[in-house]
Formats: sequence, structure tokens, C-alpha cells
Amino acid sequence: MADETSTPSAPSTSRPEGSGPGASGPGGRPPGGRPSGPGGGGRKFFRRKKVCKFCVEKIDAIHYRDVRLLQQFVAERGKIVPRRLTGVCTTHQRGLARAIKQARNIALLPFAARY
Amino acid sequence: MQRTYEIMFIVRPDILDEDLDKLIAGLEANITSGGGSIKSMEKLGRRKLAYMVKKFNDGNYVLLTINADGSLVGEIERRLRVSEPVIKFISVRMDEEEKRVAKIKAIRATRKKLSAQPAATAPAPVEPTAAPAPATEAASA
Repeated sequence: MADETSTPSAPSTSRPEGSGPGASGPGGRPPGGRPSGPGGGGRKFFRRKKVCKFCVEKIDAIHYRDVRLLQQFVAERGKIVPRRLTGVCTTHQRGLARAIKQARNIALLPFAARY
Repeated sequence: MQRTYEIMFIVRPDILDEDLDKLIAGLEANITSGGGSIKSMEKLGRRKLAYMVKKFNDGNYVLLTINADGSLVGEIERRLRVSEPVIKFISVRMDEEEKRVAKIKAIRATRKKLSAQPAATAPAPVEPTAAPAPATEAASA
């Protein structure tokens, strides 16, 4: 009982702190394209607007073959970096994830790197 | 219906060049006899694998781009799975992707032409040409 009452209040107090753009709904998720809104920590200031690398450079097709491009969006341990950190737009992030998974299957990228 | 596929496969590194060529030639013959056509064959050479596959740390990569039926690609995959020197393969359908890229390029080309014309003629027709451009974008989007 005590848990139930406390948990709804906790996110509601942390969300308004972290949200830069004022129009955050109850879910608190800002629309895409916003400067990485309440990223788990509650930053008060706007982070500088990150642009989608693919939209800017007009890269149409993301192939599983160009490992160098894909490696920029893969963390050290081989995990795919979330788009709130890289600033990629949704459609490109989806294509990117698909390409990375294909590259992993053909041993161009590791599934899990380092110990 | 002929579709475009990309088949990339890895051959074990301790295979001889002539054996590799024989293998590829065999696959190509299979494709052409099955009613497909080969657009390109690329040997990407020996690369270090990201993880160990069948106890090998590097392998010979080969990329085949073909126009074929779905059933033929299934047949090729079966052959690759069975063949001993091939340790990994992936086949990806490319025609939808190519269509999408071509469409984007076409839209970009028409947009450029519309913006280039008023600069050549006069500043007056700028607005009417700007209006159809977003309209075509909205129509195509």
C-alpha cells in the first residue's frame, strides 16, 4: 500500500525538473527532435540541439557493409547506442539498428565485445 | 518476379584461391541455370571476424548481387548451408531498398529543378513554384 502511493508521486516530481520543453504530458516523453529531454537524471538546461547525421549528410541507404559508419553508433561493448545520445532521427535509427543486426549476423560487428 | 538480392558469405581462410573460384563459379552456374542473372560478384578479401566462427578468426568474404526468384535464393541458401568451406552467409532483399533510394533521389532532383528555374527567369514566379513543391512533397509523403 505504501509502495503504491509512493511510486506514482516519485516520477511526477522528477519529471518536471528534468523537462526542458514545457509541454510534457503525464508520460513526460518529449517529441522527437527535442534536445534529448529528461535523460535519466533531470538536467535543467537544454543540451545543444543534436542533429541526425544521416539527415544532414543526406545518406539514403544504411548498408550493413559499411562497418566504419556503423561503428560510430555502437558502444564499446558492442551495444547499439540509443538515439537520445546520438541524436539520430527515428526512421534512421530503425534502419541503423537493422543494419547493425545484419552486420552482427555476418560477423562484421560483434554481438558482445570485451570482457 | 525477379527481385534483387545481395548474398554475402564467408569462406574459411585456409581454402585455396582456385577452390574458391571453383565454388563461386559453381554457384554462378546454379543461378544462371535457375533463371537468374548475376549483377556483380565482389571478393572482399580476407577480413578479421568480429567473433570466432567454427574456430576461425578470419575469413574470406564474398558478395554476390543477383536478380532472381525467391525460390532460387532458397536453393542457393541450401547449397551454401551444405557446402563445407562456407561458414556463414546472409541474403538480403535489395529491390525495395533500391526503389526507395531512387524515389528519394527523384524527389530531390525535381525539388532542385523547381528552385533553379525562378532564379534563371525572374523573382515573380517564386511563390507559385514554391507552392507546388510542398504540395508534391505532401502528396508523395
